[in-house]
Amino acid sequence: MSFISDLINGADNKFDHTSLNALQKVTLRAVVMAFLFYGLAALEGMIMRAAAVVPNIPPIHGQPEHYFSIMTVHPIVGIFGSTYQLVFAAFLFLVPYLTKKPLYSVKLANAVWLLITIGTATAWIAAFVWNYAPLYTLYWPLPADTTQFKTIGGIVFIVGVALIMLGTFGFIYNIYATIFARVGVHQNKTMKELLISGFGIDGVLNLWYRLMGRAPYTKEPALSLPVVAIFRGTVDTFLDALIILGAGILVLVYLVAELGGTHLDVAAVDALLYKNWFWWGLDLVADGLVLIYVAGSWYLLATLITGQKLFMENVARAALMLELLVSWMVWSHHLLADQAQPEMMKLISGEMVTAFELLTQGLALFITLVTLWKARPLKMTNELKYLLGGLIGFGLAVPAGIIQADMAMNRVLHNTQWIIGAHVHVAIIVGLYMTLYSAVYVLWPLVTNNAKLWSQKLANAHFWLHLIGGIGMGAFMGMAGLEGMLRRHMYFGGEFDSYMILAGIFGGMLLLAWVIFLFNIIMSVGLKGLVGIFLPSHHKEASYGIEPISQNS
Amino acid sequence: MTFSDSLELLSFHWVAYTIYSMLIISVIAWFGYNLTREKKAEPMIRIPFYGFVGFLVVAGVGHHMFTYNSVPWVAQDINRHHVTPDKIFHITAEKHVFTLPDEKMVINCGDQVMFDVVSNDLVYGFGLFRQDNTMVMQMQVNPGSKNDILWTFNRNGVYNLMSTEYSGPRGNSMNIKNAVEVRGCNEKIGLTGGMK
Repeated sequence: MSFISDLINGADNKFDHTSLNALQKVTLRAVVMAFLFYGLAALEGMIMRAAAVVPNIPPIHGQPEHYFSIMTVHPIVGIFGSTYQLVFAAFLFLVPYLTKKPLYSVKLANAVWLLITIGTATAWIAAFVWNYAPLYTLYWPLPADTTQFKTIGGIVFIVGVALIMLGTFGFIYNIYATIFARVGVHQNKTMKELLISGFGIDGVLNLWYRLMGRAPYTKEPALSLPVVAIFRGTVDTFLDALIILGAGILVLVYLVAELGGTHLDVAAVDALLYKNWFWWGLDLVADGLVLIYVAGSWYLLATLITGQKLFMENVARAALMLELLVSWMVWSHHLLADQAQPEMMKLISGEMVTAFELLTQGLALFITLVTLWKARPLKMTNELKYLLGGLIGFGLAVPAGIIQADMAMNRVLHNTQWIIGAHVHVAIIVGLYMTLYSAVYVLWPLVTNNAKLWSQKLANAHFWLHLIGGIGMGAFMGMAGLEGMLRRHMYFGGEFDSYMILAGIFGGMLLLAWVIFLFNIIMSVGLKGLVGIFLPSHHKEASYGIEPISQNS
Repeated sequence: MTFSDSLELLSFHWVAYTIYSMLIISVIAWFGYNLTREKKAEPMIRIPFYGFVGFLVVAGVGHHMFTYNSVPWVAQDINRHHVTPDKIFHITAEKHVFTLPDEKMVINCGDQVMFDVVSNDLVYGFGLFRQDNTMVMQMQVNPGSKNDILWTFNRNGVYNLMSTEYSGPRGNSMNIKNAVEVRGCNEKIGLTGGMK
């Protein structure tokens, strides 16, 4: 097939969008938007990286308000626009696929990606047009500071974030409504059985009964392990969305009052109390749902790649239960530099409970590796190598975070490039995204009805550029942090040029990797196929098992 | 083992984390390579499951015990309200400007000094940096809360003050060059420092 033919019709004409059912299409729509937002976030990252060396570079022009506007929307676009969409898409497909039950509502799934897409774009516009820049931390009372930011910019930004959270609630409702539906394999299950399984309590009970020399609590848990991880992670997704939406409403009250000519007293809200409340919720993303979703994805990928049962499944279920408790009690590690924060909270929540993340994530890594090891020899497929890349990412990033969650280290590392580079970016770009790429390759034949990947060479190039670029960028940002470079400061004197140039080179590799991946995917599905994904499906099924009882799509 | 300042601690940390990074990348690369081989690979060491769990717990908790015992500012920070400082400096942050004491902040080597910083509007940071931009220490400065830090300087030097927390674009200019001076250390003592 010629290049032009592949570009228009997809590799060897193998992708037929008219053959896709409603579930496949809604999944692919969200995936497309997720990767477009990823590209935008990568571009924003590179602009900031370049401005760290040449502050006058367009579109920043040496202006901190432009620089921090980009910094404000960068995580909104990257986390919500890209990773949330990608994860939600994968899970809205996987839950019906794994449970053999229909998705509760395809319409709602369509609303989810639309709300998140429009919400992300709205927040982006607020920063682009009005330079609204309180950063994602929204430290009170900065988001309500109308001496620095235009009120209308703040309102538009908050509306954008609220739309994202509404989309998130839509996802949550869809997932739980699907899991709790008493159809198919769950026709005879009670709510109690599903809840016990969903929280991983059956795994704990199985371990306990074994210790007591009794027969297992259950030999056939109601929910498979990946569904348990989705169930559990979604609890944190819900709580996190509540907190972010609550913060948004608070900011909105102040801004709307300002617009109406009434100046409310910002001191009525205690800044430190707000910090505690906000970080409790926000940390449920970083230290809750991400770790749980990732652990569940590793287990699923390991079993799909090997075709074998997961090693120590009961321990894995129990670890997910432990992660529930851990994720709710670790937020104080973000407040180790806050002197009025009680010392006991710093010690227990900030240090000791946080250290348990080393245990939960270490267990997930161990179980995944042993499951793979027991199935040797394996073929080094795309999904396997990306999974290994994901393990490396979290293997590097989790200890980097644990190291800083310490009263001694935090005193000299808080708010530096160490935490955002060596911990956050390595965790997201290498750990999370490589896991997600593995899932993309696993799900590819299922979601596209066996479309052919245009070039394996390009897939290999993407893998190495992404892996090396992600680790390299995180490493040099981290080294700059050790030398004192702050994460939320614009430097004009070339203080950290050498590190930033090196980080920029590796960041460029990441950007190139994304271009290669996108090109390979477009060549695989073709421009016609790409447009076709967004056209209505002729097949209204939203199930890979039984047909829906009453199709509401 | 005791670290006298952030330079020593971060150098140690740099080396330790680099070694760990190489190790974890190598281990997973080794797994990746051997996963595809027909010939059964023999692990160099066998780690029992509960041994691995024990290692993770010890590493997680032991890390804090190690720093508590080797980094002097942790205990000093926790006990700061029971210590009478040699000097107290009162500083205010408002409208993106630090207001320092009228007298220049000059500190004798080894003295325990308290920086008591008040914010009258936004969340700021209080960080001291060496002339080469490396960080000495920092804390958050929240409005409506007590923001105080007790510190012992073990090296001579002139340090810059900078806000370490984002407080809007205007906060980017919150730098005061040469805000703090430390005198009287016997530099010949070397890395152990802290000696008058």
